[in-house]
Amino acid sequence: MKVHYHSYDAVIVGAGGAGLRAAIEVAGKVKTAVITKLYPTRSHTGAAQGGMCAALANVEEDYWEWHAFDTVKGSDYLGDQDAIDIMCKEAIDAVIDLEHFGMAFSRTPEGRIDQRRFGGHTRNHGEAPVRRSCYAADRTGHMILQTLYQQCVAREVNFFNEFQVFDIIFDETEGERRVSGVVAYELATGDLHVFATKGVLFATGGFGKMFKISSNAHTLTGDGPGLLFRKNIPMEDLEFYQFHPTGIYGFGILLSEAARGEGGILRNVNGERFMERVAPTVKDLAPRDMVARAIHAEIREGRGAGPDKDYVYLDLTHLPPEQIDAKLPDITDFARTYLGIEPKQQPIPIQPTAHYAMGGIPTNVEGEVIADGDGTIIKGLYAAGECACVSVHGANRLGTNSLLDIVVFGKRGGRSMANYVSQTDHIDLPRGVEQDVVERISAIKGATGAKKVSDIRTELQLTMTDNASVVRTAESLDMALATINRLKDEYNNIHIDDKGEVFNYDLVEALELGHLLDLAEAFVIGAQARKESRGAHWRDDYPTRDDANWMKHTLAYKEADGSVRLEYKGVISGRYEPMERKY
Amino acid sequence: MTMTMDKSPQIDSHEKEVKVTLRIKRYNPEVDTRPRFQEYEVMLKPGDRVLDALHAVKWKIDGTLSFRRSCAHGVCGSDAMVINGENKLACVNLIRNVGTDLTIEPIRGLPVIKDLVVDMEPFFAQYRSVLPYLIANDDPGYKERLQSQDDRERYDDTTKCILCACCTTSCPVYWANDEYVGPAAIVNAHRFIFDSRDQAASERLDILNQKSGVWRCRTSFNCTEACPRGISVTKAIEEVKRAILYDRV
Repeated sequence: MKVHYHSYDAVIVGAGGAGLRAAIEVAGKVKTAVITKLYPTRSHTGAAQGGMCAALANVEEDYWEWHAFDTVKGSDYLGDQDAIDIMCKEAIDAVIDLEHFGMAFSRTPEGRIDQRRFGGHTRNHGEAPVRRSCYAADRTGHMILQTLYQQCVAREVNFFNEFQVFDIIFDETEGERRVSGVVAYELATGDLHVFATKGVLFATGGFGKMFKISSNAHTLTGDGPGLLFRKNIPMEDLEFYQFHPTGIYGFGILLSEAARGEGGILRNVNGERFMERVAPTVKDLAPRDMVARAIHAEIREGRGAGPDKDYVYLDLTHLPPEQIDAKLPDITDFARTYLGIEPKQQPIPIQPTAHYAMGGIPTNVEGEVIADGDGTIIKGLYAAGECACVSVHGANRLGTNSLLDIVVFGKRGGRSMANYVSQTDHIDLPRGVEQDVVERISAIKGATGAKKVSDIRTELQLTMTDNASVVRTAESLDMALATINRLKDEYNNIHIDDKGEVFNYDLVEALELGHLLDLAEAFVIGAQARKESRGAHWRDDYPTRDDANWMKHTLAYKEADGSVRLEYKGVISGRYEPMERKY
Repeated sequence: MTMTMDKSPQIDSHEKEVKVTLRIKRYNPEVDTRPRFQEYEVMLKPGDRVLDALHAVKWKIDGTLSFRRSCAHGVCGSDAMVINGENKLACVNLIRNVGTDLTIEPIRGLPVIKDLVVDMEPFFAQYRSVLPYLIANDDPGYKERLQSQDDRERYDDTTKCILCACCTTSCPVYWANDEYVGPAAIVNAHRFIFDSRDQAASERLDILNQKSGVWRCRTSFNCTEACPRGISVTKAIEEVKRAILYDRV
C-alpha cells in the first residue's frame, strides 16, 4: 500500500457548513488542509431548507435574549446556557457575515434580509410565534453551503476531496495527549496519506443512517464521533436524537418546518388540526419533539391515514399558489417527484423522520474537545457542527439553530485552532503510524466471513427505527440493544466483494458500519439508563421530566474491553430557570 | 378546524415489486482494458428510485460496482449519470417513470475512473476559472447590504445550481472540446454577474469572451433539458452573451 506524507499546521475533517466556516477562519493564517470524503458541495448542509434564526428584528421586534430563552426552553433545560447565550448573540453577526460573503438571502420590500416564523421561536418568552428565521426560499442550507464553498475557492483553500479519514494520532511523550496527525485513505487510488499536523477540527456531521426512515444522506455515518469514541473520547448525550415531524412518507425526505412557518397545517385522517389540542398557543409551530410525538400519538390511536393508517397529512392547499412557488418551491417539488401528488391541491402524506443528533463529541464554547466531566481539553483537538455537542441544543434542537450552530461554532473552533497551532511547535510524527490502518484495511479486504455489510446495516436501521426513536420503553430499548449486540458479533464475520484499490466504496461502507454500530450501542445504553422523558428522549414508562435526578448530561465512554461506561456531568445554568414546557 | 379529505392521497406501501433489468457500463482500471456492459436483475417497487436499483445491485448482487451518491433526493449533485441515454440524477427518477429496462452509463466528456465514477476535477477547475464568488470592495459596515426583491430575483434561477455536471456533460460542444468552460461554469458566473452587490462583472465577462467562453455555445438546449434543478441554462448563457455584446448587465 502506497503511503504519502504531508505536513500541515491544521487539518479540518469534513467540508460541510462547519468545516468550511472553520476553513475560512483558519486558511490564510496557518497552513491548512481540508479533508472530506465527498466533494465539499455534496455535504448535507446543502439539504437544510428553512432558515437560520437571528434576532435581526428586520420585520418585527426581537432580541437575542428572546432567542436564547426559546432555545433553552426548546432544549428542555438540558442546553448549556453559556453556549446558548453566545450562539444567540453571535447569530446576528453570523448572518451579516454570510450576507457579506455573498449569500443570496430572500429580501423584504425594503431590501433587507427577510425573516419568517419557525417552530419554537417566539416573541417575549412564549407569547406568540416571531419572525426570526433568515432564509433563502426553502434552500437556505444550499445557499449557505455554496456561499461558504465560494469563499473557500476565493481563499484558495487546500482541499483533499474524496479522502476518508481512518485514524487520528496522538502524542503522549510529555504526559498529556496532544494531536500529532491523521491518517486518510484516498478513494481514487487506495493510497494512504499521513498528515502531520498540530491541530485537527472534526466537522463530519451526523449519524442519521443508523435509522431506516431518515432525512440524512447515505454518507452520514458518524465517522468523526465513531473514530474518537474508539480513542477514549467520551460521547455526550447520544440518546437525544431529533425526529423531524415532516418526512415524506416512506422516504423520510425532509419537508421543512418552513412549510408550517408559511401557514401549513398538520391534519389526521379525519382532517382534524390535531396540534390545536397539543399546543394551543403556537399550534403547528410547536418544537419538533412535541410535534413528532403528537403525530406518533395520532397514528397509535388509529387516526393515521392510508392503508396501514401510518401517516398524517401536511396540508398546504389553503396557501396562495404564488406563495408556495416563491417560498416553498423545492419541498413541493419533492412531493411531486416522490409521491406524485400536487401539494397545491392535495395534502402531503408525512411521517416523523430521523433528522439530527443533539449529542456528539463534547466541546467547550471555543470548540475544544473535552475528554471528561471536568472540562479537561485535549490539546489540538476541536469539533464543530452536528458531530459536536457544545451543548446548545440540549434535549431538543429548535429548527434553524443547526445552521446557526455550524457558522457560529465553526468560526469559533477555527479561530481557536488557528491561535493554538500558531503558538505551538510541530510534534515529530514517527514513521509507521499508519501501520494500524494498513492492517485494518487488509483485514477487511481479506475477511471471508458469511455476513454482508448491507444486511447488518439494514437490520440496525430497522431496530433503531422500531425501538429507539420517537417513543421508547425499557422493553423496546432492551430489544434494540440485544439486536445491536448480535449485529456487532456479525460485524466480526463479514466479507466484502471489492478487493480493489480504486473507488472501493465496499471498503468505506464497512468502515462506516463500524461507526454506526458503536454509536448506536452507546445511544441505546444511554437511553436505557435515562429513566425520565426530556425533549426528544421520551420514555413511555417514565413519562415526566425528572430534574432532581436527571438534569445532567450523559457521557458515554468506550472501555478497553469494548464495553460502554456511563458518567454524567452537570448542565451549565444561567438566567432561565427550568419550568414546565408548554406552548 | 377540519377540512374535507376527499382529495387526500392514499399511498400504497404494499405496491407489488417488479423485475428491473439494469445494463450497466462497467470499467475497472485494475482489470479491464476497455469498458464493458454487465446486466443485472433486481426486484423493486415502482415507487423506488433508480438509485435504489443501483443499491440493490451493489448491496445484494455485486459489491464491486462503484458509483457516487449522498443525499438521495436531488440536492447534493453526486449521482449524475446517463440513464437510458439522458443525463439524470439517479435519486430523483423513479422506476415508475423511467421504466424497468435501464441502461446506465457514466456521464460523458469527463474521464472515467471506475464504473460510473468520473474524474470531476476538470469540471471543478472550469467552475473555479470564472471567479465564482462575490467580489465587492466597498466596506459594507456592520449591516447587511441592501438588495431589492427585483434585484434579488434577477439572479435567482442560477443560484439553484448544485454542480452535478448534468448540463456540461450533455453538451455536444463540451464533448468535442474540453477547453470550453461549459454550461455549469457559465451558470455560476451568471449568478454573480447579475448580482447587484457584485463589482467584478467585467472581469468575468472578459473571461467568458475568450475562445473557451460563451461563444462556443451552439444553443442546442441539451443543458436546459438535462438540468435536474430546472434552471434555464441556455437562457443564462444567452444573457451572458448579450451582456458581453452590449456591455451592460
